[in-house]
Amino acid sequence: MAAVQARGREALAALPAPSRRQEAWRFTDLALLVGLDPNSSAALPRGDATDAPAPQGSSQSGPGTLRLQLDGSSDPLAGVVLPAGVSPLSESELGLALGHTLAATGCEQHWPVELNHASASQLLALRIASRAEVSLELVSDAAAGLRPLRVLLILEEKAQLQLCQRLTAAGAGLTSLVLEAHLGRGAKLEHGLVALGHPGAALLTHLALEQEPESDVRLVAVSAGWGISRLEPRVVQVDGSATTTLRGLQVVAGEQIADTHSHMAFGGPEGQLDQLHKAVADGRGRSVFNGAVRVPRAAQRTNAAQLSRSLLLSDRARIDTKPELEIVADDVRCAHGATVSCLQQDELFYLQSRGIAADQASALLKRAFCEEVLRELPAAARQWCPFERLLAADGSAAGPGDGFGSGSEDLEGEGG
Amino acid sequence: MIRPDADVLLEISGLHARVEDKAILKGVNLTLRSGEIHAVMGRNGSGKSTLSKVLAGHPAYTVTAGTVTYRGQNLLELSPEERARVGVFLGFQYPVEIPGVSNLEFLRVATNARRVQLGQEELDTFAFEDLVRERLKVVQMDPAFLDRSVNEGFSGGEKKRNEILQMALLEPLVAILDETDSGLDIDALRIVAAGVSQLATADTATLLITHYQRLLEAITPDFVHVMAAGRILRTGGRELALELEERGYDWVDQELAALELG
Repeated sequence: MAAVQARGREALAALPAPSRRQEAWRFTDLALLVGLDPNSSAALPRGDATDAPAPQGSSQSGPGTLRLQLDGSSDPLAGVVLPAGVSPLSESELGLALGHTLAATGCEQHWPVELNHASASQLLALRIASRAEVSLELVSDAAAGLRPLRVLLILEEKAQLQLCQRLTAAGAGLTSLVLEAHLGRGAKLEHGLVALGHPGAALLTHLALEQEPESDVRLVAVSAGWGISRLEPRVVQVDGSATTTLRGLQVVAGEQIADTHSHMAFGGPEGQLDQLHKAVADGRGRSVFNGAVRVPRAAQRTNAAQLSRSLLLSDRARIDTKPELEIVADDVRCAHGATVSCLQQDELFYLQSRGIAADQASALLKRAFCEEVLRELPAAARQWCPFERLLAADGSAAGPGDGFGSGSEDLEGEGG
Repeated sequence: MIRPDADVLLEISGLHARVEDKAILKGVNLTLRSGEIHAVMGRNGSGKSTLSKVLAGHPAYTVTAGTVTYRGQNLLELSPEERARVGVFLGFQYPVEIPGVSNLEFLRVATNARRVQLGQEELDTFAFEDLVRERLKVVQMDPAFLDRSVNEGFSGGEKKRNEILQMALLEPLVAILDETDSGLDIDALRIVAAGVSQLATADTATLLITHYQRLLEAITPDFVHVMAAGRILRTGGRELALELEERGYDWVDQELAALELG
């Protein structure tokens, strides 16, 4: 990692931090990060190696599941016996593979990536053997400070990986995740990412995924409670003929900003994309979604569908959503849609007319809105993200009684 | 069942209501006593559905005059949820689909809200499942519908059965059923009507809002009211429904015109 770190620091020195003058950062002001000297990881206090208390429902990993703790500074594989089918990458393999997918998805010089490289001293790099079926949990519960996490995964032909990933922050700080995964032909990755932050914390995430034909990616990302979160899932189907399913849910309240910039590129014919991004904005929160889909001439018979659905709960909250389709191929199906709505009055009245209090009815409807994405998380990741936890993450940023669905607790308790 | 000494459950007096700037109810008078089944008939636009929504507290409607008293209490002062909890139930003409909200959970939360009002213990998931399975029999409903989202993808008949299931769980004292017969085939109508009849007891009052006589063949009303232009034009026994069926609503228009001229 030392060489990568040196390169990263050098690059950061030359690269100004993103500002709102740049289109891709138009809505997301990184003011929270001002004061962070990107040349030195010492600018922010380094995350303590001792983790924050784990959130509820996280006591044990499931049987047959490998759980690794990532704290950004100690070796996640120390003292760990890897299950059959999983092996660490050798130095020479690393030399070839590290950064390959970042380059393939066009983000190797993005500022958050360089920041991660400049500050990360540990790398988790694993190979999943051909035809192996592996279940992996990556957990980072940050107390405060800077936590750079760098992950590289190689899935060989027909390997299957279920990856449940948890990122939490209990105090002010920055969690930076750069994950790249290369999927060989026929490989399958199911990635559930649950990121529950703190109003004083920022999250910068790049997920770069490179798919060979017949591979299958299913990414479900849920974030709530961060002062600023920026999620960039970047997927390339190198020769098309692969399947990509993207699901996102971001929840903002208080003064929070959540920004998802997804980027999907088809490098060959007959690729499939099914994308649903949902956002809930309350308080003075701001949600940004930008969904880029690139279908060049080589990507004939691509079938891509993208839908953005947002729930606006306050007249001071703000939602910006933008599909960005670039289609050159002529024989394709590319659908996209975006809706922004408030809670439906007829639904609220129906619930109230059955004795359910107005705030409880709102909570039920908000929950239903989120559930469409939450239910697609792998079971282990779903456990990390009960609706109450989304509330807690969100509510901590909101004023008392202004929390996201404060009635939900009533649902379990008084029943009105 | 008409008993002159029965308690008055709901008393509507001189009720006027509007939606936006349009006056719809123009002086409705109606008294429901326990044990009684009333039918309100009338053309589209006569104000039947508005009456039901005003009684349930729909926020789109504003009451401009008149009173509604439920067991001695001013009903109009209560929020929609309070009305439901004290025992006023509206069966919707078009039950709302709520994707993502489990029907079972919805029924449980609603039932517990009513139980708390009645001073009864709330039911946990297991106890509630026992209760709901027993009440499903009232409408011969497939338990599979409990696991789905509220009314989502239900057929017209299934939605109406779900309404009556809610009524069976909430055990209201006053049930207002807005065109419960619409969208039902003969078999579903028979089942829904049998359910309503089973739930109409000596202690409850039922207000059936309908276009057609066919529901009243299955549920015998004690009173039939004909509504037109936002008020009740005429009240009679079940023979009035038969007369409407035979003669249509044209005579109502004539009567209304005569009334307005007079």
